[in-house]
Amino acid sequence: MQREQLETAPDGAADWPDQIFDLLKEHGIRQVALVPDAGHSRLINRCLADNGIRVVTLTTEEEGIAQLFGAWLGGEKGVLLMQSSGVGNCINMLSVAIAHRTPLPMIVTMRGDYGEFNPFQVPMGNATQTVLEAMGTLVKRADAPEDIAPTVDATLRMAFNTYRPTATLIGQRVIGAKTFGK
Amino acid sequence: MSQSLTTAHNAKRMYRFDLTQRLVARLRNDEAVIGGIGNSNFDLWSAGHRAQNFYMLGSMGLAIPIALGVALAQPRRKVFALEGDGSLLMQLGCLSTVAALAPKNLAILVFDNGVYQITGGQPTPASGGTDYAAIARACGLPGAVWAADEADFERLVQHCLETDGPHFIGLKLDDQPPVSQTERDPAQIRDRFMRGMGAKKSKLPG
Repeated sequence: MQREQLETAPDGAADWPDQIFDLLKEHGIRQVALVPDAGHSRLINRCLADNGIRVVTLTTEEEGIAQLFGAWLGGEKGVLLMQSSGVGNCINMLSVAIAHRTPLPMIVTMRGDYGEFNPFQVPMGNATQTVLEAMGTLVKRADAPEDIAPTVDATLRMAFNTYRPTATLIGQRVIGAKTFGK
Repeated sequence: MSQSLTTAHNAKRMYRFDLTQRLVARLRNDEAVIGGIGNSNFDLWSAGHRAQNFYMLGSMGLAIPIALGVALAQPRRKVFALEGDGSLLMQLGCLSTVAALAPKNLAILVFDNGVYQITGGQPTPASGGTDYAAIARACGLPGAVWAADEADFERLVQHCLETDGPHFIGLKLDDQPPVSQTERDPAQIRDRFMRGMGAKKSKLPG
């Protein structure tokens, strides 16, 4: 990299973001709610370019949980994209999907997970899976590029077939530890 | 639209249940109504159940984002969000999200009594003079107004029904308590509402 890049993003040659996009289309996802993360940047661009997907950029992840709940009430499927720090922002709101027994698939790009340089990312990154599971979410990790698509597919299936919050955590090792700033 | 000149401090303080009844009485086209946590949805319930009513029993600040999701999913149906001032304070950013998306079929009604009524009437930190309609305008909802009185409210609701939004109406409240409480079964509330939205896949009745 010529420039220092403080946020991690997948290698341009990596095709797992495209595989996730294909899965979103296959599952009939119509609303994609997100707080941007560099790890999701390619996927976000694919969603923005698709006329059949409504991208909603949130001010906080909490909003996304409510919006996707509303989408389901109105007959549309959605997915929440966020960074592991965002999981900490919205944890109480997971009660919405639990209490109403509604699908809530989340695709989380990890920070504070594998070779992190930013001390602020480590506490929440280290707690992400534990906290999600404590709130009743079915969590699956993907730490190799070839595992990401099948794991996201499982996360979408489990959400829409069993009516509960589910999450794929995409490990920092996959997203690209080599692009750290220092 | 003809802009109301009513400001936060000279808007009449009105009765939430009466306003809710007035809103519901004007709904003719299966409009969705999302009642926010606490007394906002209790008075919606008390005004008479409709299949298109959703009652949010938990998690403050989510009535507007829920209504946004419904509005995006069903662009031909008008969707009203009823949110309390304390709840809106938890999620003020959602006004910018709504403004950015500009869903034509969404109307936001904010019940502002200045207090957390359900927990004993403690003042909100904003009760000293925060102007929610002004916040909404600054977020990019230029038509946001305070209702001057009940007649003005009825006119504004009709305006929401007849014109493209997103709309925002601020409502100053008196201190009267809710009439009754919503039945507390979130899964049943969700199921009824999805049937009211035509979003339930099951072909069975009920």
